[in-house]
Amino acid sequence: MVCAVVIALAALLAVVGPWIAPHNPEAANGADAWVGSVPGHLLGFDAVGRDLLSRLLAGARTSMLGPLIVVLASVMSGTLIAIVSAWRGGRVDAAIGSVIDIVFAFPGILLAILATTVLGVGLSAAVVALAIAYTPFLARVLRSAALIERGLPYVAALEVQGASSFTICVRHILPNLAPIVVAQATTIFGYAMVDLAAISFLGLGVQPPTPDWGVMVNENQSGVLQGYYQPSLIAGLCIVIVVVAFNILGERLYEQAQVRGR
Amino acid sequence: MRWRFLALRGARLVVTLLVSSFVIFSSLYLSPGNPIATLSGGKSLSPQAIAALEERFHLNDPFFTRYFRWLWGVLHGDFGISIALRSEVSSLIAARIWTTLALVAYASLLILVIGIGLGLIGGLKSGWLDTGVLAVTAISAAIPAFVTAIGLLMLFVATLGWFPGFGDGDGFTDTVRHLTLPAIALALSSLAIVARITRSAIRAELRSEHVVTAVSRGIQPAAIVRRHVLRNAAIPIVTVSGVTIASLFAIAAVVERAFTINGLGAYLVKAATSKDFAVVQGISLVIVVVFVVLNALVDVMYALLDPRSRMRRS
Amino acid sequence: MSSTQTPSENGTRPSLLEVTDLVVKLPVEGQMRTVLDGINLSIHHGESVGLVGESGSGKSMTAKAIDRLLPPGAQVTGSVRFDGTEVLSLAGEPLRRFRRDVAMVFQDPRAHINPVRRIGDFMTEAALAHNLMSRSAATKRALELLDAVGINDGPRRLRQYPYELSGGMLQRVMIASALLTDPRLILADEPTTALDVTTQSEVMAILDDLRRHYEVALLFITHDLELASAVCDRTAVMYAGQIVEIRSSELLHDDPLHPYSAALAAARPRIDATSVRLRAVPGMPLSSFEAPVGECSFAPRCSFAIDDCRTHRPELTPLAGGLVRCSRAEDLRSTLAVVDD
Repeated sequence: MVCAVVIALAALLAVVGPWIAPHNPEAANGADAWVGSVPGHLLGFDAVGRDLLSRLLAGARTSMLGPLIVVLASVMSGTLIAIVSAWRGGRVDAAIGSVIDIVFAFPGILLAILATTVLGVGLSAAVVALAIAYTPFLARVLRSAALIERGLPYVAALEVQGASSFTICVRHILPNLAPIVVAQATTIFGYAMVDLAAISFLGLGVQPPTPDWGVMVNENQSGVLQGYYQPSLIAGLCIVIVVVAFNILGERLYEQAQVRGR
Repeated sequence: MRWRFLALRGARLVVTLLVSSFVIFSSLYLSPGNPIATLSGGKSLSPQAIAALEERFHLNDPFFTRYFRWLWGVLHGDFGISIALRSEVSSLIAARIWTTLALVAYASLLILVIGIGLGLIGGLKSGWLDTGVLAVTAISAAIPAFVTAIGLLMLFVATLGWFPGFGDGDGFTDTVRHLTLPAIALALSSLAIVARITRSAIRAELRSEHVVTAVSRGIQPAAIVRRHVLRNAAIPIVTVSGVTIASLFAIAAVVERAFTINGLGAYLVKAATSKDFAVVQGISLVIVVVFVVLNALVDVMYALLDPRSRMRRS
Repeated sequence: MSSTQTPSENGTRPSLLEVTDLVVKLPVEGQMRTVLDGINLSIHHGESVGLVGESGSGKSMTAKAIDRLLPPGAQVTGSVRFDGTEVLSLAGEPLRRFRRDVAMVFQDPRAHINPVRRIGDFMTEAALAHNLMSRSAATKRALELLDAVGINDGPRRLRQYPYELSGGMLQRVMIASALLTDPRLILADEPTTALDVTTQSEVMAILDDLRRHYEVALLFITHDLELASAVCDRTAVMYAGQIVEIRSSELLHDDPLHPYSAALAAARPRIDATSVRLRAVPGMPLSSFEAPVGECSFAPRCSFAIDDCRTHRPELTPLAGGLVRCSRAEDLRSTLAVVDD
């Protein structure tokens, strides 16, 4: 499907982007600022005279890497919390639920802003904050799924046979949750990408001159009102295209996960 | 039964707020860095000057004392002093909060009217109208607020010149004019979600068995839509609308920055970069309080709309 | 196709409901499949007719077709005449008026009553929508009917929400609501299947009582042959989208003519007899589109089938006070009656 192609392309760029960039993404030449497309510079130049295409290609890395870490971290902690919560039930479940409620009180961006205030600007602070912000959402969804699994007869059968809690959770429940986990992870990747780009846009995430699509939207914003809107807009479009791909893929995977669960 | 529910929910609200305030305070407290350095602006100070600053800002008090002092102050409207601007945080907040409120209110209006409107069309009609709604929502859901902002700036300000590109204007009409594009930017991705949920809620109700009963009794189609479809779909629609609007305050920061609006969000970002803790604490607390209170209101509305929820509580 | 009016009784009275050659096709996985294969049925004023069959036989579909509740995309041919008017071609206002005179009682009351509206609202809604009476008159009637179905403390019940009532009570409310608009025909689609056995008999008794009292005709759909025989004047047995036997309930119960009816009757466990094994009808119930073409649809499962049965489709033919769709019915008369242990 188209989505998979787009995502694969973006992932590829994330890895090899800086190497295949025709020019140095950070080489600035003031005289070239805002110049449009010329031979050898397909997309023209940005606000400070850097080759736009190179910068976009190189920017794929941070734009994709950040969300990836957020997803990995939140999926791991979210799954762990969900399974423990569903398995133990009772007080443990209630306690975890209350903590989750508290974290829910903080919108992702706010947590990121707080994190950058504490830890200083940069991608790491934002990533940590978003990982914390998305964990409760994942934990809630997976907890419901885990509870359903737990109620299925095969779990009771395994318990009767003397299998340990750990074995049941890891060897049996976890694989059955995998489709939903993958679906949610895909959707969250999209959200994380948007949020991280927004944070970089605010100047709190990736710092210039490091190329990053969110940063690029911000640093080229001044040109928009002057009529040089391409750099800012194209960087924004890159984000949108990849996010749409992830969203659609995530929805499809979610539907499939539902069907399989029946 | 209803009072018990409200009391419990209220208690939960207060606890959440307290814990959130604690989290906000302690996270900044734990932050590395020397507040003296920020206060002095990097200049070296005499020991007496340092001691005086420490005294004035209670920098040597134990943690909980400082927390409770701050909390007490907050409950009385005193958010402390902005280190950078040397003025009271509360007045700094007060000056900017109305702009943000106006922006969020404007965006909320757009979300409710356009979002629910599109959802109604998609839910009740079939064919190309519905496909159109699906396509529009799929696209707008994926465009982050700041990209929308850039797009709008490019189209309506730079190219067409219909709207101003920055600032928040004076007086009612001027403010509306200034805030229109930012409100659209803020609302666009959120209204997609509201439209989607509205549409699926309406479609689910149209297929439900109690609607079949109403049809089998020969009740007029308009009455069925009003009394059974919309009334029942209202539950998820109100829930999603409330939650979406509650999160607008945080996203507002991005839009304010893009359109150079002097609102709470933009100021928060500025304070964060300059490590002006008191301001960050104050504004964060305001945003969290609004978010939590709005979510609690949504819970209450849900309980009012769905009698079955009362069953679960007791 | 001959009509199914039983020649012995009701010969001269016009029927309230006359179903003729009703064929219904539904889109199943992209193709049109026949679910009702030529139904002929008539119900007279004040008469109760049972429609018995296993799942897939098409019994619910028959009721839905009569009440015009089929899903979009369904293809319907044939005729359904209610009090002389052709129902299948009704639309708009006349269709709504038809629905005022025909009430349907559904299988799962909790799913079929709006959970966010009060019981009183549900009960009076139809009467008010058709402008049959004022709100206070409708409420009064609702209270009377609640009493009639055995629900006490009516005023309180009217203010309650569905989640506060049990399944059995909700079904009684459904029945009471059905009677509120003074219908002339009630279509009851497995009204007691979702209830436990004790409640089942209570609700059945109420339904039977009331419909006799108000002289309402009843089409009672169930998979339970015994239940139908107890409550209905006449019983029709359906298999694979066709009616295979229709006779007065007593005769059908004691002296089934069709092998399938006999098997259904024998399959029910008897409280006054013991058996080593429960008798089941071998094979699986079929929908009409799954049945073999060009032969008797029951032949694959029939212990009396001969070669002739597999080469042509039997028609409904009169026999012993009813109609039966079996070429060997005449011969099998003596054997089938003695089918129990």
